[in-house]
Amino acid sequence: MGLILAILVQGIQMVLVLALAPGLVGFTRKVKARLLRRQGPSILQPYRDLLRLVRKEAVLADNASWLFRNAPYLIFATTWVAAALVPTFATGLHFSWAADLIAITALLGSARFFLALAGMDIGTAFGGIGSSREMLFSTLAEPAMIMIVFTVALVAGSTQLSTVAAFMVDHSTLRVSLGLALIGLIIVALTENARVPVDNPATHLELTMVHEAMVLEYSGRHLAVIELASALKLLLYISLIACIFAPWGMARQDDGLIGMAIGAVTWIGKLAVGGFLMVLFETAIAKMRVFRVPEFVGGALMLGLLGTLLLFVSRSF
Amino acid sequence: MPIAAALLSVAGLAGVAVVAPILVARRAAWATSIVYGASFVLAAVLLVCGLSALLGGSAYQGAVHLPIGLPWIGAHFVLDPLSAAFLVIVDFGAMIASFYAIGYGAHEEEPGRVLPFYPAFLAGMNLVVLSADAFGFLVAWEFMSLSSWALVMAHHHDAENRRAGYVYLLMASFGTLMLLLAFGLMAGPDGDYVFSTIRTAAHVPWLSGLVLVLMLLGAGSKAGLVPLHVWLPLAHPAAPSHVSALMSGVMTKVAVYAFIRVVFDLVGEPAWWWAVTVLTLGAGSAVLGVLHAVLQRDLKRLLAYSTVENVGIVFIGLGLGLAFKTNDMAGAAALAVTASIFHAFNHSLFKSLLFFGAGNVLTGSGERDIEKLGGLVHRMPETAYLFLGGCLAISALPPLNGFVSEWLILQAILLSPDLPQWALRFLVPASGAMLALAAALAAACFVRAFGITFLSRPRSPAAETAHEASRWQIRAMYALMALCLVAGVFPGPFLDALSPVSQLLVGGAMPKQPILPHFSIIPISESRSSYSGFLVFFFILMASWAAIRVIHNFASRAVRRAPPWDCGFPDPSPATQYTADSFAQPIRRVFGPIAFRAKIDQTMPLPGDMAPARLTLSLRDLVWEFIYAPLEGAVLYAAERLNVLQFLTIRSYLSLVFAALVLLLVLVATWA
Repeated sequence: MGLILAILVQGIQMVLVLALAPGLVGFTRKVKARLLRRQGPSILQPYRDLLRLVRKEAVLADNASWLFRNAPYLIFATTWVAAALVPTFATGLHFSWAADLIAITALLGSARFFLALAGMDIGTAFGGIGSSREMLFSTLAEPAMIMIVFTVALVAGSTQLSTVAAFMVDHSTLRVSLGLALIGLIIVALTENARVPVDNPATHLELTMVHEAMVLEYSGRHLAVIELASALKLLLYISLIACIFAPWGMARQDDGLIGMAIGAVTWIGKLAVGGFLMVLFETAIAKMRVFRVPEFVGGALMLGLLGTLLLFVSRSF
Repeated sequence: MPIAAALLSVAGLAGVAVVAPILVARRAAWATSIVYGASFVLAAVLLVCGLSALLGGSAYQGAVHLPIGLPWIGAHFVLDPLSAAFLVIVDFGAMIASFYAIGYGAHEEEPGRVLPFYPAFLAGMNLVVLSADAFGFLVAWEFMSLSSWALVMAHHHDAENRRAGYVYLLMASFGTLMLLLAFGLMAGPDGDYVFSTIRTAAHVPWLSGLVLVLMLLGAGSKAGLVPLHVWLPLAHPAAPSHVSALMSGVMTKVAVYAFIRVVFDLVGEPAWWWAVTVLTLGAGSAVLGVLHAVLQRDLKRLLAYSTVENVGIVFIGLGLGLAFKTNDMAGAAALAVTASIFHAFNHSLFKSLLFFGAGNVLTGSGERDIEKLGGLVHRMPETAYLFLGGCLAISALPPLNGFVSEWLILQAILLSPDLPQWALRFLVPASGAMLALAAALAAACFVRAFGITFLSRPRSPAAETAHEASRWQIRAMYALMALCLVAGVFPGPFLDALSPVSQLLVGGAMPKQPILPHFSIIPISESRSSYSGFLVFFFILMASWAAIRVIHNFASRAVRRAPPWDCGFPDPSPATQYTADSFAQPIRRVFGPIAFRAKIDQTMPLPGDMAPARLTLSLRDLVWEFIYAPLEGAVLYAAERLNVLQFLTIRSYLSLVFAALVLLLVLVATWA
């Protein structure tokens, strides 16, 4: 019985992240538009976009290879698996021991690897520029993420995300090292999700774009799958920050249905707050030049390293 | 007994080396198949010997004393868990490389320069791993070095290859000299060169420290540790591709074996500063190696630099192992050492795979410069697919094997806050950051390598007319790819197989890896961390299958082929694509000023001036500039000064001899 319940919770979470991800994107767009005194499209617009895209025919470049056609599904699959392993409304996910936080980081790395290759497949200048810059940002964002994982793992005594979340629910105290890790993780999240100030999710036809440049050649269902994967990634990062740094309201393994419901409601509330704060930050800041970004992300690496070093000095920081 | 079979097979390899020239003289086409076929069979026998000794327990291990070699020493050989583990690494690589070479060797222009040395090289590497006395070890080591040197010089018409061979010969002799001194110190004044007596002898701490330094110089130069790596990116690419794969994938592991054998097994208790030295060198090699690799245009040289990186990662693991061993943390030390040897094994798999891929590109298009390649995915689909697998594995991406070993090393780092020494407490997290940086840069490096070589549009006629490699070559690569996947998805049995090795080296072992549930691996305890490559692989398969099913059932299946979009301005010229240099430019700009003192000079002519604008880039290899160039200068200076001695009269020579004699007599008199 317990096993069935655990698998059920895991399954609900997998469906839920998929269902909510475009809504989160729609919400952030709406808030952004309101902050800019525009009316903005409905929150449901991303769902409509996805539906429209899957109904359209896919236009492939003449020299697109098998990699170009298969990459969207691989990107989506690795991102979805990663998102399924981040506790959202309940701790103690059934399969959480299959991959810890380091493995989740690496899964997102796999998705990025395929995305960057897909950007180079057609052999256009835009695709190359996008891939090259994406890999540059990742060379700093990934070690930054690993150092943040170290900081969190040294505090919680585990790299297992479910164990970390359970630990944070039970022992929520203010720590310097966790503060540094939080700032670092926010920087990494902004970079990985191609948000302002690193990249602009709303641009097309600009030399500064990174993510959009890589997916420029995609259309129809392939583009829909990639868009859904990037929405999932945004949801993953906000859930991750919420689960480590704001674990309140999460249901424990043995909480009943009511606990789960409370967990789900608070989680959706956290997503909304997270999305709102992100958009507030975005509207208040200008986009950086490309070569300022390494300094920005390098800052996250330094913060992560500092957090880890503090914990190596004394576990009480 | 496996060891007897192993030694007979080595003798067989030596025999093949002897008859190879005769075969080549008779009929070269047959000779290729016979020599590589025989090497394949003998390497397979050796692999079985190694596997049985590693998995079968002490019944299959053993030592042999043969009355050959020096008269009063004889030759000692041993097959214990450590040598068995490395025998497996060496001979799996050798077996697959021989299989690959049956196809690849047909393209060889001068088989007479390759065929005799190839089995000799294999025999040398096996003997290093098997020998159990200093004399036999050094002879085998030198045999390995010289035969690989001959293979590097196989294409000696190219001036670049001759230079590579020269630098390699210098570095190899230097390395052997250091090993000679190290063994001399360990044997002590009584001079017993058998490993079993060295192991039980009393060790003076500062002498052991000196042995560590000598081993880092001797084995480290062969493994390619920075700053002793300079020969490696020259020599490894110069050899034929299957030999490059062996040199990069396997011979560097033989050097790692030598280091582990001496430092963990023979020389007694380590001190904490050993760990500091090894960690620093390992972390430095990892980052500098991959930074060099990211900037290379030559596909094989890029792979050689990436070997420097991976050897660095192996040494980070070994450094952690030393740190834990000095502080009697057996469980953590076992984790670090096991992870390190597992990474050595994994690297031998995917580096061979990638070098074979480069070999296929070379035979298919005749080109090694990635700026002249592109679009090979259409003309060499299988090579492209397999090379992509190797790229994923070496970039430490789940669910393949590279990720598992790097994940284990990161888990070992997380255990280090319990170390008492402050220097280590600061150094270990820093080397963790370096390891993560190296892994991320490796991903960038291999996106570039694969993307420029296999994707995009062909950049030269050679790339446009490339053809797929022979079946032998492709099948060898499939075998490696399959093992990369198996080691990534079911790493548990591999780690269990290494537990007698860590028992021998640090007196502890990792917990037994459970088969159920779901083949997950557990470095320390389940509550701390676990990883199941099987489940991750399964989930990725299921998720992509589900996505494909849903999309194909509910979405439009229409596909239209059209010219590229490229924001509305596609340019048909392949010159408008991103090149390898432009791909690496942002990384060079961010890391170059620190690592290479990169400088860019722009000269823009004044408005109205018709002169072309110029952009010159200068990168400096600081290791070469600060270590090797002064050394070279000093040698030249000394040679210049001593040159006078060549043109003296007979009287002066006689008086010099007399003076030397007097000096020596005085020395002897004062000594006694």
